[in-house]
Amino acid sequence: MMKVIEVRDVITQFGSTVIHDKVSLDIKQGEIYGILGESGSGKSLLMKEMNMLLEPRSGEITVLGYKLSNITYREAQSLRQQWGILFQFGALFSSLTVAENIKLQLKEYANIGPEMCEQLVKTKISMVGLPAHTGALYPSELSGGMVKRAALARALAMDPKLLFLDEPTSGLDPIGARNFDKLIMELRDLLGITVVMITHDLSSIYSIVDRFCVLADKHVVAEGTLKNVLQSDHPFVERFFKNEYAQKHYNKIIKKKKIENV
Amino acid sequence: MNVTYLKIEQHQDFLKINSIGDWTLYTEPTIEKIIREIKPQTNIVWDFSKVTSFDSAGVLLFIKYLKKFQQNFEVKVTGYTEDQERFYKLIKAHITDEEIPSRDKNILHRIGEEVTVKYQEFTAYLNFSGHVTLSFLRYFINPRNFRYKEMMYHIHKSGLNALLIVALTSFLVGLVISYQSAVQLAKFGAEIFIVDMAGISITRELAPMITAIVVAGRSGSAFTAQIGAMKITEEISAMRTMGFDPYYFLVLPRVLALMIVLPLLIFFADIIGIMGSMFAAKMELNISYTQFVTRLHEVLNAKHFWIGIIKGPIFAMLIALIGCFRGLQVSDDTESIGAQTTASVVNSIFVVIAFDALFSVLLTQWGI
Repeated sequence: MMKVIEVRDVITQFGSTVIHDKVSLDIKQGEIYGILGESGSGKSLLMKEMNMLLEPRSGEITVLGYKLSNITYREAQSLRQQWGILFQFGALFSSLTVAENIKLQLKEYANIGPEMCEQLVKTKISMVGLPAHTGALYPSELSGGMVKRAALARALAMDPKLLFLDEPTSGLDPIGARNFDKLIMELRDLLGITVVMITHDLSSIYSIVDRFCVLADKHVVAEGTLKNVLQSDHPFVERFFKNEYAQKHYNKIIKKKKIENV
Repeated sequence: MNVTYLKIEQHQDFLKINSIGDWTLYTEPTIEKIIREIKPQTNIVWDFSKVTSFDSAGVLLFIKYLKKFQQNFEVKVTGYTEDQERFYKLIKAHITDEEIPSRDKNILHRIGEEVTVKYQEFTAYLNFSGHVTLSFLRYFINPRNFRYKEMMYHIHKSGLNALLIVALTSFLVGLVISYQSAVQLAKFGAEIFIVDMAGISITRELAPMITAIVVAGRSGSAFTAQIGAMKITEEISAMRTMGFDPYYFLVLPRVLALMIVLPLLIFFADIIGIMGSMFAAKMELNISYTQFVTRLHEVLNAKHFWIGIIKGPIFAMLIALIGCFRGLQVSDDTESIGAQTTASVVNSIFVVIAFDALFSVLLTQWGI
């Protein structure tokens, strides 16, 4: 399967603090890939480096075939139209309504008529499970869950091939979080989007993430499917997955999977 | 562009539409132009086997024209892949007729809104002044828990750190005033009167006003931004729940700090401003520094100096109150910090000038 993102030997360093020491990972097309790690392990920084918001000290990141270290302005602009990014707190532009937020890139980069634009916006709003009239609201008038959904609609505006999600379920209630997971899964299945997400949410990891990596001690200490990662005996993996709470959760999932397999 | 997105074949009893290539956001406008021209007379077979890429815009376009053609004829869609069908179904399921309501307001609405907002701001300001007064009175009941450290910090920030910019502006203003009037005075042979003019105008009017404007721009805006940021991050709410009154702990130290520091800054500006004017007098009219100072002693009545100094705490109170008030008015979104900071500076500069004019008129009326 084609690799959508390739991270090779990335070193991130601020002053004398080393955050990533030769981090490498591959993200394949069509998968939901999780990035997991302790707070301070540089998950968000790694994502920022993939998003061209930050340059690694050394190493190479390739996104959708573009090498980020020597990308030209034009290539960068075209790459930016092919991905969608959902920031942790939505980062909706507060001076624009939800519909205007979604419309922004469509208007800038595509030459479509106003009627088509309106229709597209409404479809995206509906796709993320919001009623059409929320399009007229300003971000400050939305609840936390609605902000996430609206921001997802904005990220989907250009029909991206690649979607970055920064803690998509944080700050949502458990039911809302599961619904959001379902939504992401549906979008992946239906639109064939590759999804890269930073998450701490055990349920998300169990239920929707195909493969993930664990960042700890400046390295990727485990990568692969849940089964693969669980074979690691790194202290963080032990702490995160082999505690009482996770164990209970994990058993349930395993049982379910067995039934499905039969 | 010579790319074809559509090929139309008229067969005996049906019209065959072949969709080709990319049906995406970027090609949609071109395709729509062509597809609009199709006026079918027979039933239609619409083939998608040559479509390479299909996104929401492409699907929406297809749905729109499928509906249109279906009104009069039968349309048979062929050649689509399973993925395309699923995608079509997804988009189809999310098409709504519900309109996004418009947020445009007519002029009457906007005027009405503006008036109510101004009125609410006014009452909010009264409420704010009441709170500040109360917390000021509370200070006398229990002066020990007052944040002296916080006040010292603001004295340092708004006073000491402002010395350089106050010096620079007042020196330049003193210099320019004398420089300009020197020419006029020389015509009458009244060169020495430059001392009277510069001495009185600088100490009584210019130094207080220039200093107040600099402080409004530096500290007033800083107060708004600091308190506004705390409001957004809910620090103010946190303070309230812990029983720390923000008026007492945030507003009062800032107001008092500025009231202490502004008269001192004005005194400083007096000195530097007069130095600027001495410099200009020496350059332009050849009046020596000793001459200037001796004359200044003779003509500059102390009352002018005191009037200038007394304006200090009053201006300071206005600036600090407006700065803090605007900070507390910041609402949940980031945009309002910018708006309130602008309003804070504009308001306080205006109020300073208005009060200065009022002083000027009143004092002249009273013959001081």
